[in-house]
Amino acid sequence: MPRPHLALVLAIAASIAVTLFSGSIDAYLLDVAMGVGINIILAVSLNLVNGHTGQFSLGHAGFMAVGAYLSSAVTLNLGPRLLGEDGGAAWSQGGLFALALVIGGLCAAFAGLLIGIPSLRLKGDYLALVTLGFGEIIRVIFQNVEALGGALGLIGMPAYTTFAWTYGCVALTIFTVGCLVNSTYGCGFRATHDDEIAAESVGLDTTRYKIVAFVIGAFFAGIAGGLFAHFKLTIDPRGFDFTRSIEIVVMVILGGMGNTVGVILAAILLTILPEALRQVSEYRMIIYSLLLISLMMLRPNGLFNFKFGSRRP
Amino acid sequence: MSEFLQQLLNGLSLGAIYALIALGYTMVYGVLRFINFAHCDVFMIGAFIGYFAGQHLPQGTLWAGVLILLIAMVGCAIIGMVIERLAYRPLRGAPTLNVLITAIGVSLFLEYSGQLFLGATPRNFPEIFPSVNFQVGTLVISSNQLLVIGTAVVLMLGLQLIVFRTRIGTAMRAVSLNPNAARLVGVNNDVVISFTFGLGSALAAAGGILYATNYPSIDPLMGVMPGLKAFVAAILGGIGNIPGAALGGLLLGTVETFVGGSQYSTYKDAIAFGILIVILLFRPAGLLGKLMVEKV
Repeated sequence: MPRPHLALVLAIAASIAVTLFSGSIDAYLLDVAMGVGINIILAVSLNLVNGHTGQFSLGHAGFMAVGAYLSSAVTLNLGPRLLGEDGGAAWSQGGLFALALVIGGLCAAFAGLLIGIPSLRLKGDYLALVTLGFGEIIRVIFQNVEALGGALGLIGMPAYTTFAWTYGCVALTIFTVGCLVNSTYGCGFRATHDDEIAAESVGLDTTRYKIVAFVIGAFFAGIAGGLFAHFKLTIDPRGFDFTRSIEIVVMVILGGMGNTVGVILAAILLTILPEALRQVSEYRMIIYSLLLISLMMLRPNGLFNFKFGSRRP
Repeated sequence: MSEFLQQLLNGLSLGAIYALIALGYTMVYGVLRFINFAHCDVFMIGAFIGYFAGQHLPQGTLWAGVLILLIAMVGCAIIGMVIERLAYRPLRGAPTLNVLITAIGVSLFLEYSGQLFLGATPRNFPEIFPSVNFQVGTLVISSNQLLVIGTAVVLMLGLQLIVFRTRIGTAMRAVSLNPNAARLVGVNNDVVISFTFGLGSALAAAGGILYATNYPSIDPLMGVMPGLKAFVAAILGGIGNIPGAALGGLLLGTVETFVGGSQYSTYKDAIAFGILIVILLFRPAGLLGKLMVEKV
């Protein structure tokens, strides 16, 4: 087997193995670890758009919301019908969860396609504003749709998300994004990032590359949303606001745009730090904003810009 | 018919505010080619300066109102220039994405330090202008609406004079056309950019005061939604185009008010977003803008 595929299989096997012993691991530790995993999926998928392709999306939490709501709708509505009153066997629950995740991801990807096509045809910063607007609008929509719980949100999702599901998806995300970026097709993303005009002049359809990157990013954000919903067991529209999007953006920028290893490290750091610094939580957004400004001035390639892992100087 | 006129009047006064904010976006885009995310927070700061100044001046008189308006405009012009000097000037020549990220950082910094120091709870904006309602037939015209429209018109005419009849205005247009060529003929780009930020921020401050007189509840996040809509207005009129921003603001305000008055009122906030998508799809250069081909 080629190395990336081997790594993927090993990672999934390892996460299943950890789950088998999850009873003997501290529950709090497990909780934090799953939060870290979900954030890694979000950061790595946003990195495909903001880092590798050089666009700027500010609505990743919006796609996460789409995934979270739609996958919860599947497990809440289809679950009892397909599995019966007793909840069904473990394998059928797993199948239902996989279906819910994929549906959530596909709906998020479709939302990404809808807003990507008009805004990505243009150069410049339009995507940032359109996605910012989208993040706000999607919240308004979920707040007004009574079938999805309205402002109160959805509750009572079954606790399907386990360590294995989370880190299986993490491995799959890193694998997909990594293989995509390193493939011949992926050179198009880098070319779009480096110089759009030059890329177009050698015949690349940059709009297409941008939309593909954006839709794939949205798909994985939807998956992360599904995992999040079945991990927290309760979701409401306020949980997916602009602050959440910014958190993911800060992870990508701190890690170094286009640097997968750095982004993963930043996602781990930024999930664990707020846990450790609960007393100063009201300063969190101010710290993030100052971090953004000073990083852009002093270290625009990110904090974790080591030689390995990053292909760009 | 009278309801139509009433809604039109409400829409125009809201649109005039959007237009004032949109002008700042469009001018900064004109000279620097990036979207100043922090602009909507300058709008918020304008309203807060008005709030604090209003506590030290007699309320409900015209001269005090005008004085507060001027204080806020000057204060915000200074803040705008300081933001440009500290955050954006060090990045001159850096990739657009880096400047954009910095702008988002500045915006977040202003919003959340505002929440920390001023408190997140909304405050009541004082009635700084005398308020009377006129009855014309079945039409109710409040003096605030007239004031908003009047102030906006005066400020836009003033802006037009500055941009087209003064030396600094000529320099602004030169920088916007081609920064390098402008530098070659002796224009000091830094001064021009600084002046543009000051001018745009002053207009945003005026917008903030006028907005707060009509919707008298202010909080540190009040700028986000009007800012987003004003940006849509700038795109609608053609970004970088000053009359376009005014037209876009008026159009957007009017459409939004009519939607707000219909049975689809819950989707009032979504309408600006819908307009943005349609404009980007069918006429990305905006109503009055010219599509520029990027040359290498």
